Amino acid sequence: MRWVERKPTRGAALLLGALPLAALAAVYLTFAALRNASNPADKILPLPAAMAEAMVMLVFEADPLSGQYLFWADTIASLWRLAAGLGIATTATLLVGLVLGVLPPVRATLGPLVTAIAVVPPIALLPILFIAFGLEETAKVALIVIGVAPFMIRDVAGHLSALPREQVIKALTLGASSWGVLLRVALPQALPRVIAALRLSLGPAWVFLISAEAIAADIGLGYRIFLVRRYLAMDVILPYVVWIAVFAVVIDLALSQASRRLFGWAHAAGH
Amino acid sequence: MLSLKNLWVEYGEKVVLERITLDIAEGSFVSIIGPSGAGKSSLLRVILGQERPTRGTISCEGVPLRPECGPDRGVVFQRYSVFPHLTVLGNTLLGLEFAGSPLLARLVGAKRRAARAEAEEMLASVGLADSLDLYPAQMSGGMQQRLAIAQALIMRPRILLLDEPFGALDPGIRADMHALITRLWREHGLTIIMVTHDIREAFSLGTRVLTLDKRRHDPHAPHRYGAGVVYDLALTRKQADAAVSQDCGITIDTVGNN
Repeated sequence: MRWVERKPTRGAALLLGALPLAALAAVYLTFAALRNASNPADKILPLPAAMAEAMVMLVFEADPLSGQYLFWADTIASLWRLAAGLGIATTATLLVGLVLGVLPPVRATLGPLVTAIAVVPPIALLPILFIAFGLEETAKVALIVIGVAPFMIRDVAGHLSALPREQVIKALTLGASSWGVLLRVALPQALPRVIAALRLSLGPAWVFLISAEAIAADIGLGYRIFLVRRYLAMDVILPYVVWIAVFAVVIDLALSQASRRLFGWAHAAGH
Repeated sequence: MLSLKNLWVEYGEKVVLERITLDIAEGSFVSIIGPSGAGKSSLLRVILGQERPTRGTISCEGVPLRPECGPDRGVVFQRYSVFPHLTVLGNTLLGLEFAGSPLLARLVGAKRRAARAEAEEMLASVGLADSLDLYPAQMSGGMQQRLAIAQALIMRPRILLLDEPFGALDPGIRADMHALITRLWREHGLTIIMVTHDIREAFSLGTRVLTLDKRRHDPHAPHRYGAGVVYDLALTRKQADAAVSQDCGITIDTVGNN
């Protein structure tokens, strides 16, 4: 059978997908074991046991200086910043993206502004944000918002302005006002697209979060990674990276499931 | 009822329609045919209020029509007439909800029950009584057009505009749809204006057939002359009953049947 027609069963697909991950782990363990054999004090490729030992301190033992369980404190601080940034970005997308996509005068007024903000590299704005909002939470949340909101707004506005013109005309012949079109035609069709844009923005949002934490923070997953880098503490950095990856995957899956459950009509294309 | 006086539609340099003067009687079923690019759909859009004519006026019983779409004129397009995010019932209720609740565009309680009953009755009359909870993506093209018609008719428009409504349907379904639209036209006392590519359809459904084409042609500047009404045929001898019986699947070829 030709390869383009081969469809792995569900079990086979899981197995095939697990293979590269397992291979990666095996390669790492092999090299870690080799380095460890020649130098038991090696810090560059720690074995799982060393990672577990380092993480136990962060997860289960309170930091003597601050009295905090650092791993959990880092996780909560980072997730709070991420949630606040993405929450504000999503709200802005719903408000601005909707009117931008549906009302041509608003598009003419605000479109160039959104484009101008979108083309500036957000990290270049970080110093301005630190100067304007100080080194506290606001600047970090603001970086995430400025980093992802213009992309999400443009994506959703573009999707809405590409809706068939017939839909708007039809709504008007059904007696809709502009407000009615926004509320009953555009908003429901924007929601699944907002979730899709949010999923695509998760990666950049993490980048902006960790950048901001690396530069100025006293807690957070990104802060911890960049702090322990000074001691070549790969036994902490690697578990933190895996932890971040787990969160990224879980949030993405949750969003995708929510979209399928809430907006089944948007996923039924090609019946 | 509808009266178009010396109507011109131009897009920049290009003249699409010129000197259209028409009177459309109440209760008539007007088919518009003509070659591609002859401005059939432009004419429909102008009557719908989606586009403003460059020159000329349209009036309905002497009152000039606002160049804006509204619930007095219903429309069914070839595609994209129904909302993909609403069920069959939701699509049909939408017009009633816009009318009954300007702020939220949603009805609750007794008003909703009344609207629901009205929508269900309308859906039953187009043959969708058993599909209330389906989404458009789950339905065939024919069912989607039935829904689009029900959705438009629930607003009780006096004029229904059809832009190649059956163009994307296969022949068997198309015959069913012809019977349906003929029945609804008579039951609701509608005035229908239909653009079509199918000449048979134009003659079997319509009480009047308009043909749009260019009267003049300048080979050096083809865009300088627009299309006008070149044929205007009133099908007086043909009764609506004949159309119905013809469309029930029995086709009698009277000419060249060898």
